[in-house]
Amino acid sequence: MKLTGSQMVCESLLREGVDTIFGIPGGATLPLYDALAEYTQLRHILCRHEEGAAMAADGYARVTGNVGVCTATSGPGATNLVTGIASAQMDSVPIVAITGQVPREGIGKDFFQETDVTGVTLPVTKHNFLVMETKDIPRVIKEAFHIANTGRPGPVLVDIPKDVLTGKAEFFYPDEISLPGYKINLEADLVQIKKAVKLIKEAKRPLILAGHGAIISRAYDELRELAEKAEIPVITTLLGLSSFPTKHFLNVGMPGMHGVAYASKAIYEADLLISLGMRFDDRVTGRISDFSPNSKVIHIDIDPSEIGKNVKTNVGIIGDVKKVLRVLLPLLNGQSHPNWIERIEQLRREHPSLRIRNTEKLLPQFIMSELSTITEGKAIVCTGVGQHQMWAAQYYQFDGPNQWLTSGGLGAMGYEVPAAIGAKIAAPDRQVWSIAGDGGFQMTMCELATAMENKVAVKYAIFNNNYLGMVRQWQEIFYEKRYSGVAYQNNPDFVKLAEAYGMLGIRVTEKNQVVPAIEQANETDGPVILDFMVQDEENVYPMIPSGQSVKELIEEPSNLEEKIKRK
Amino acid sequence: MNRTIVALVEDKPGVLNRIASMFRRRGFNIASLAVGHSEKIGYSRMTFVVEGDEFTIDQVTKQLNSLIDVITVSELEDNKIVARELAIIKVATTKANRAEIMQLVEIFRANIVDVSSNSIIVEVTGEEDKIESLCSLLKPFGIKEIMRTGRVAMLRGIHEKS
Repeated sequence: MKLTGSQMVCESLLREGVDTIFGIPGGATLPLYDALAEYTQLRHILCRHEEGAAMAADGYARVTGNVGVCTATSGPGATNLVTGIASAQMDSVPIVAITGQVPREGIGKDFFQETDVTGVTLPVTKHNFLVMETKDIPRVIKEAFHIANTGRPGPVLVDIPKDVLTGKAEFFYPDEISLPGYKINLEADLVQIKKAVKLIKEAKRPLILAGHGAIISRAYDELRELAEKAEIPVITTLLGLSSFPTKHFLNVGMPGMHGVAYASKAIYEADLLISLGMRFDDRVTGRISDFSPNSKVIHIDIDPSEIGKNVKTNVGIIGDVKKVLRVLLPLLNGQSHPNWIERIEQLRREHPSLRIRNTEKLLPQFIMSELSTITEGKAIVCTGVGQHQMWAAQYYQFDGPNQWLTSGGLGAMGYEVPAAIGAKIAAPDRQVWSIAGDGGFQMTMCELATAMENKVAVKYAIFNNNYLGMVRQWQEIFYEKRYSGVAYQNNPDFVKLAEAYGMLGIRVTEKNQVVPAIEQANETDGPVILDFMVQDEENVYPMIPSGQSVKELIEEPSNLEEKIKRK
Repeated sequence: MNRTIVALVEDKPGVLNRIASMFRRRGFNIASLAVGHSEKIGYSRMTFVVEGDEFTIDQVTKQLNSLIDVITVSELEDNKIVARELAIIKVATTKANRAEIMQLVEIFRANIVDVSSNSIIVEVTGEEDKIESLCSLLKPFGIKEIMRTGRVAMLRGIHEKS
């Protein structure tokens, strides 16, 4: 049977199990939207900005583990997707972006709304395609989904000219994929695994560093078994949060720039790092020479190019974290490291890091801590980028797997508003809390209309300090408090904004209003905005200044002056 | 140090762009790059000469491998390969010095492929050193233009894994 290109897109998406698409139509995708009207099985979420569509698809993908789909028209529609795509690339999130392109005859001739989108997105996608023949659409979409969600996941863009969408061809959905250059390592190397086991058995001060790969491979149970069987403390990176329960006795916490001091100090003292699906980001390591000078490194990662990229590795195992651990675990005997556990407890006592000051002022740390308690650590927490992101990472105590969504690698402010919508659509029965700063929130708050229109009950908590808080903190500490371009002097009234969209808005100015406001938000059907007027010049601690190490860690504000002088 | 990397890649639009973009983004330096059809229909073979230490070369190989249009990548050790480059060199000539130039060309087993009243074009094939020494000998006569292909390389049969 002959179908149009647009129908082929829809048929192909259905065969890939897609039920939700985030997007905005435009001239070049008119034929696609005409077909979408026929395909009611594909739920289209009309976003307000294409960046929101890409980030909502990202949130949806992270929660479901399936590919998130977004779509945009040619030119500006497609370029608006780019930030969301780049974020997905950095954080290894599988999304497929389908963009319209000007008709084939117009390509390269600067037609209205023409942009070389495959060129623009080349360095920020795992792969991309420009489809020049209608008959190729099913094959390309199958390949796109395969590439997006196998190996190290990532975004794939499929650019389709308008006349390829309107053209007709015989629809044939291939069973097989032929990508001779696409290498996925399916079986982990047993020799390497045995070497790793030997190192684990010999280690006196081992640590597990769990990253996003542990979450992507759904290795929650295996990671826990490894930690408990060999009694190895677990450190989770920013994107590794919720790969291991926060309250578990072997959980040490997040290391690095704004991690807890005892985690960074433990890494410094360790004699073995077992790194699971993490990439030794500079925010984790600081200055490499003082990161973990006396440790050997076992690095398990699905992407061969990550092994040895930033840190010298003794044993590299290429593979999916879950699969590798399933092979490794039976080879391991029960072990215990009482002295090492005690040493970490001592570090924790000496450097408590996350104490909340006893004050009547409204502290963001207090709010996060209360939110964690009220939601029993079971909410899906989605954040933007900046101070509020770090406080959320520090104070939310995750109870289950895959509850944490943040733009970790790219650090894209504004991620919290649309990604939370995608997350809530993916998991309508879960509580989804979006933690925002007043800066990032204003970058994507147009998506509140999307949430309201589709009855997506995300709870937005704005940590409102009328500043771009993290930039202000750096200006305070490293630029003699010369504040430049960081004060938001004319923020909108977020409560009235909520009301303008038809949702509940609550302003919180006092400490005793925090718990009732959170409870009211949880009890409300539909989206809610809580506008927390937090202490405006509060800083995130601990802090390891950029490019420095645990030796220069600034633990708390009280000794700030002294630390800076010593530098 | 310069190292030779050979890759078999899909012969389709945009592949060179993807590869060049990866080199640029990751900050790897290409000393030379040669591309042409391979023995398999639909596939091209590329020879890269890359500047860098062992770590860099390892990363280049891995990053190339991660590109979906790249089928295979191998790093070739200098002592196990046949490596050639072709250069064509346009040299200014006069009646007086033409014979001298032709003599040099003969010694280098190069060819003269074009002659005009005030210049000749020399074609030379060989390893980089040979091409460079011919260039330096021709320099005093006045080199008007040089065009080099960059290295193409292949593993010697004896080193092939069966």
